[in-house]
Amino acid sequence: MGSVSDNAIEVVYLVASALFILSLKWMSSPATARRGVLAGETGMVLAIGGTLLHHGIVEYRWIAIALVLGIMIGVPLGMVQMTAVPQRTALSHAAGALCVTLVGTAEFYLRSPDVPRFMMAVLSAEVIFGALTFTGSLMAAGKLQEILPQRPITYRGQNLVNLSLLGIAVALATYLVLHPGAKQVFPWMVVIPLVFGVLMVIPIGGADMPTVISLLNSYAGLSAAAMGFVLDSRLLIIAGALDGSSGFILSVIMSKAMNRSFTNVLFGAFGQVQTSVAQEQEAKTVRSATAEEAASILEAANKVVIVPGYGMAVAQAQHKVRELYDLLTKRGVDVCFAIHPVAGRMPGHMNVLLAEADIPYDKLIDMDDVNGDFPQTDVALVIGANDVTNPAARSDTSSPIYGMPILDVDKARTIMVIKRSMSPGFAGIDNPLYYLEKTLMLFGDARGFVGDIVQELAGGRGE
Amino acid sequence: MSLIDALYTFMLAGFIGFEVIRRISPLLHTPLMSLTNALDAIAVVGAIVLVGKRESTFSTVLGTVAIIAATSNVVGGFLITDRMLRMFKQSRPTKG
Repeated sequence: MGSVSDNAIEVVYLVASALFILSLKWMSSPATARRGVLAGETGMVLAIGGTLLHHGIVEYRWIAIALVLGIMIGVPLGMVQMTAVPQRTALSHAAGALCVTLVGTAEFYLRSPDVPRFMMAVLSAEVIFGALTFTGSLMAAGKLQEILPQRPITYRGQNLVNLSLLGIAVALATYLVLHPGAKQVFPWMVVIPLVFGVLMVIPIGGADMPTVISLLNSYAGLSAAAMGFVLDSRLLIIAGALDGSSGFILSVIMSKAMNRSFTNVLFGAFGQVQTSVAQEQEAKTVRSATAEEAASILEAANKVVIVPGYGMAVAQAQHKVRELYDLLTKRGVDVCFAIHPVAGRMPGHMNVLLAEADIPYDKLIDMDDVNGDFPQTDVALVIGANDVTNPAARSDTSSPIYGMPILDVDKARTIMVIKRSMSPGFAGIDNPLYYLEKTLMLFGDARGFVGDIVQELAGGRGE
Repeated sequence: MSLIDALYTFMLAGFIGFEVIRRISPLLHTPLMSLTNALDAIAVVGAIVLVGKRESTFSTVLGTVAIIAATSNVVGGFLITDRMLRMFKQSRPTKG
């Protein structure tokens, strides 16, 4: 070893690392983002190509078969519908974590008992993070795909059970650091985090998914970085650290947007608090309107802000919303979209869906920038969003979402809410917005109702 | 590479990631996540070396599955990121 070709591969890895960093840098703006993907792809091809040509590889058959199979699985996973992006993302966190866990496990059995202490410590971190991310992400994907129940599942002593499992895993890791020859202990250090991953995600509801996906993203990165320590690969350490910090930043943004801490998301399930609130709503009245009435109000407006939420994604209403946007814009109405950071099921979910429907991205406005505009807004049209518009978060200290930053929809002159029925939203929290005098409830399926409004606007044109 | 070198690398890359990613607009958070996912799948390199060394049947089997999983992430991740980014368009200056 130490030959010329050893140095050559290190240079290739160095170039790949630089390309990865540039790739993320170029992601900062939509104008350069595609260049970022190209940089990432180039780095990846260089790194894989360089590895294949070197590194004492004596057997290519299985590598070739695995690469072909991976491509065959990867292509359909890259072609899923945009509404399925959250579960696809969760699945890919699982796949990344699976890779890391398997390599870590294989490396242990190849090296044991001659594993230095530091090596064993990072290898344990690799396997523990990898295993819990694998099952945790599969659970998240199952919940998002609605194979598994989306409601939080909680039981007495849940946190104690989870923390004990994690504690046992760390204890096993410590034992292995001291006795790296203990091959019979290792499987437990894989199995226990696998179980922990399942239990960690069970109590988490759909509305918390953006935070959890980000957190799992961060874990996947950390496990890959740990693998880099084990394999002595700077490239892997760098890629893992980049992924880890990306996931970390996103988790922080998501938690802030829900006014909750990490520990709160992980250890306190939503959805149990609201039983008392549900009853007192019966006496309150709401005003409802038809598509025809809604269309005429929208038509007369100067400024309309559309507030999309997960309900719009579920109803696949984004293309109808685009038609509405077109019709209103043509009549000189100023239309934009207010995007709450946690609207949808993953960070940036709404932006992707609306971009898919061909809505220009400069019309998609972040919460902080759009909130000042609501007092000058004639109509705020809420489509499938609930908790992120709930004014109780600002005023009602007893509300479970008190303190969560919201879109100030209630400050608009008229508010229209498309909703299936008066049943409370995912978190089960009643929304006082619906009982305001200036609020009109438009009862129906989001796609159907927006379609009706579109028809009214298009049909009424000749009159 | 010594341990301390590796830790330096990790720390510096972490800071770079933090500074670079902090600037990314919420508009692109979804494609960001699928891109970092694809980049993270560089772990495939470790799996390739593991399988290529052909040290034991056990390590070959585990490594082969690992390559499949990571490659699907590389291909799927870059593909969907690019598909998403192609959809992001600015509004035309002409007013209809």
